[in-house]
Amino acid sequence: MLTKLLSGDQPRSRALTAILLLILICLAGAPFLFDGVRPLDTAARICIFIVLVASYDLLLGYAGIVSFAHTMFFGLGAYGVALASTHMGRGFDALIVGSVAGALAAVVLALMIGLFSLRVRAIFFAMITLAVASAVAVLVSQFSGLTGGEDGLTYKIPRVLTSANRMGEFLGTRISGKILNYYLIFFASLALFLLLLRIVNSPFGRVLQAIRENDFRAEAIGYRVVWYRTAATCLSAATAALAGSLFAIWLRYVGPDTTLSFEIMLDILLMVVIGGMGTMYGAVIGATLFIMAQTYLQNLMGVASEATHNLPLLPHLLEPDRWLMWLGILFILSVYFFPTGIVGRLRERGKA
Amino acid sequence: MTVAPDHKPTFAKMSLGEQLDKAMPVLLIPILVVLGFFAIGAPSSWLTLTVSGLAMGMMIFIMASGLTLVFGLMDVINFGHGAFVSVGAFVGVSVLIALGGWTGTPSLLLNIAAVLLAVVAAMAVTGVMGWGFERVIVKPVYGAHLKQILVTVGGLIVVEQLIHVVWGPDEIFINRPETLKGAITFAGAAMEKYRLLAVAIGLVLFIAMRMVLRRTKVGLIVRAGVENGPMVEALGYRLRMVFVGVFIAGSALAGLGGVMWGLYQEVITAGMGERMMVLVFIVAIIGGLGSVEGAFIGALLVGLTQNYVAFLEPKLALVSNIALMTAILMWRPQGMLPVVKAK
Repeated sequence: MLTKLLSGDQPRSRALTAILLLILICLAGAPFLFDGVRPLDTAARICIFIVLVASYDLLLGYAGIVSFAHTMFFGLGAYGVALASTHMGRGFDALIVGSVAGALAAVVLALMIGLFSLRVRAIFFAMITLAVASAVAVLVSQFSGLTGGEDGLTYKIPRVLTSANRMGEFLGTRISGKILNYYLIFFASLALFLLLLRIVNSPFGRVLQAIRENDFRAEAIGYRVVWYRTAATCLSAATAALAGSLFAIWLRYVGPDTTLSFEIMLDILLMVVIGGMGTMYGAVIGATLFIMAQTYLQNLMGVASEATHNLPLLPHLLEPDRWLMWLGILFILSVYFFPTGIVGRLRERGKA
Repeated sequence: MTVAPDHKPTFAKMSLGEQLDKAMPVLLIPILVVLGFFAIGAPSSWLTLTVSGLAMGMMIFIMASGLTLVFGLMDVINFGHGAFVSVGAFVGVSVLIALGGWTGTPSLLLNIAAVLLAVVAAMAVTGVMGWGFERVIVKPVYGAHLKQILVTVGGLIVVEQLIHVVWGPDEIFINRPETLKGAITFAGAAMEKYRLLAVAIGLVLFIAMRMVLRRTKVGLIVRAGVENGPMVEALGYRLRMVFVGVFIAGSALAGLGGVMWGLYQEVITAGMGERMMVLVFIVAIIGGLGSVEGAFIGALLVGLTQNYVAFLEPKLALVSNIALMTAILMWRPQGMLPVVKAK
């Protein structure tokens, strides 16, 4: 049963299994295990980013395609929910319509980009996605009448899912709509993740891996490489859009900075590389580690910057705003020295 | 035994259609200019727009030329190229601000000296930086596109953040030197002096680059290396050295482009290189990766289209470049002047 649920792709390392179980338990019990608003928010973010990063891994780790437009698809889903909720009023129908419309738009756009660029050379794809993503980001802030521009959109979600909906106590924790909302996110993310696991372990996923290793040979064996690459792009875009919808449902706000910015794209890249490219579990570990670090490490850097304030240059380097620079260095180092990421390392150790 | 038939190669004259097809990329620019003339209607605004479009195109070309050559020569795609644009702009502008006395006076000689010093400083710094970048970031990942993209993006982030550390997080405003301010009126059309200068510099650079590539030994090796690297190496040339040289030159040109773009916009930010990268990539793709001439034509097309469309329909200006790229890729999927690789 469990093997079937994981599509036969087991962690294959005792330490990795333990970590994954710990993450799963913490996320599943987050409202009861931790107190306060911030841990719950962090847990929801982790759930959503696991899906987002896993969908990116389908592209980067399995198909070997570099895309810079993943946040664009993420944003499409988020804006879909936001626009539907704004124009249709609060309600579950708006959420569903918005999510489906966002995912469809993402698939169509991915199909167009894929057919244009993957046809020629995979490397075009990276450049073209960068261009298209930046154009979309500019368009979103330009057409402020529709999208709220730089300010973004704030909207209402069904009352059942907000903290105004109180439903008594359970295990000493007050159950509110917020917790219901969290479980909506949690189970949706879990389902999407298992679906992605199913996809990469299907024959389709194997073909993608073959193309990643040697596209010429895959073509020679008789697989239409372009078709497979484009299909992977579309699938990954649709999943990213759904993750965006979940993000919008959780935040009740969308804006260019939270959904479309290049920084998020870099975060995703980093999570995939640190966790481990080419395994879905890498996405889980990468996203969890990264978001924990993002939430708690920046405070630490602030402290370090304070502590060194009378030294030259060092406080500037340690300022919380420079956090991206350290990430960049970490990123370069991990591409050089840990190309298989944390998961790869753990699995190697398991074998030894 | 029958005698082998005589081999009589005949060169048929290319038909008009074939000739047109071959010359089409070059013809696109005048066609676009003429189309722009009819779409805009007023000759004076058309002239102004054409000049600013050409100026913009020249600056993009300067930034794109290094990127496209590096790709052609070593199959290395440098997503960190934008970092050199930013650093060049910051170094150049710092020099210009330091020489405030020279740029503030309306003396042509002092102004030009200040700008030249700024350009030299920017190119020197970005050239050295390019050398370091090649050694530290690019060298370990030859032959692996995926890693190249990831690592060079990492390099871009780090350099951008270092700019924040050195120059602070705020954007810097800069005034053009006195004699480069203002505009010349010609046939009722106002043309900014600085834009004319940019067009002139771009043209000179393009011609110089073409001369180097076509008429010198180094250029010959570079062109041969683009077409068939292993063969050039087999003939005893150290292609690696050539490549490092091209990388440094390309980085220095990106720095020059950064200074020019900074003076054009009169404001510089650490993220400007990243934003320019989008245009640079579009130009490199529609020109055909690896082709300097293609990048030149592509850059002019992008500059002109952007300026015409911005005048006709401001909201569409942002999408116009993507539309242009789509159209050209539908017509020629490898770019306008694709580099023929001997494989």
